Amino acid sequence: MRYVEHVMGFPVSLVLRGRHAADGEGRTAWRRVMTELHEVDRVFSTYRPDSAVSRLGRGEDVDCPPEVAEVLELGARAERESGGAFSIRRPGLDPSGVVKGWAVERAARHLRALPATDFCLSAGGDVTCRTLHPDAPPWRVGVEDPRDPSRIVAVVPLFTGAVATSGTAHRGAHLVDARTGRPPVGLASVTVVADSLTWADIDATAGYALGGDAVSWLRGRRRGGLVVSAEGVVTVV
Amino acid sequence: MTRIVMFVLGTITALVLLFGYHTSTSGALSTSGVVVQGPAAAGAGQVFTGASADTRWGPVQVRITVDGGKVTDVQVVVYPDENPKDRDINARALPILVREALAAQNADIDVVSGATVTSDGYTRSLQSALDQAGL
Repeated sequence: MRYVEHVMGFPVSLVLRGRHAADGEGRTAWRRVMTELHEVDRVFSTYRPDSAVSRLGRGEDVDCPPEVAEVLELGARAERESGGAFSIRRPGLDPSGVVKGWAVERAARHLRALPATDFCLSAGGDVTCRTLHPDAPPWRVGVEDPRDPSRIVAVVPLFTGAVATSGTAHRGAHLVDARTGRPPVGLASVTVVADSLTWADIDATAGYALGGDAVSWLRGRRRGGLVVSAEGVVTVV
Repeated sequence: MTRIVMFVLGTITALVLLFGYHTSTSGALSTSGVVVQGPAAAGAGQVFTGASADTRWGPVQVRITVDGGKVTDVQVVVYPDENPKDRDINARALPILVREALAAQNADIDVVSGATVTSDGYTRSLQSALDQAGL
């Protein structure tokens, strides 16, 4: 069973297989995922002037939900660990680069609660999935060719875990090297495979911001993935 | 014929398998790129099955289909035996399969990871096609 809806400006797709793939429990879990993502959008959207994050950014006193502190801490950690290439204050407060992966990974807990059911949840090109059945094949995650989005450059066969890709067309304004304020040079896209989509997404974005240093940075963090250069050269990390 | 064989072998060497997938909980792993070997005899049809390669999870074997001098399909035909108990603990990924750009409809994929997937572009996107095909 597949479901598709849109939130925060990107499509969310879900594939279920197993016991609750096509029943009411599966459908309820999907509804909970989407409800939670809409709620996250209300709190974190920088496009909504009345969101908690927009008000924080204007220096207003805001009674924030605890999730805001969690996301800001993630952003601070990502900035430290990328040597400042990734930043959520550039200028002004914009945690979008952290929120998406974090929110989707968190919302996926409604799917994890489904017994004997495997899922593959995709949100705007970032993927988190689970495989329980011992005989089930892995989910096959195609990595988009950044030069031609109708094609793929690689397949990640993934049982359980997450894959995120950052590149030129991805929330363009966010993808600058925060140390220089300029877009990174030499890269077309960075794909990261990790346990959680929270860190797959952060590291893909930070790796992209690091430009030519992406491969060595990801290797230093023991991350698996794929870097596509501006010339189209694919490097497996 | 020789040229065709050379091309096919050249294409096969482009299929690099990565066995160094890291998880945050597994610590250091060794990374080794493994090149899939083609069949010893030429002209054995258009399907090539690679040698079985040992990974930390067990053997992995890959089969590719070549049509008109191009790789049109990549399948992992042997997956490691796994301990199902492990499955929900760590991220689990098989080696990443890299090939020259392949049209997605030929690649048998469930989902797309990419930088261009937005609601604006969704109707033209691969993910949209996959979602429709699955309905």
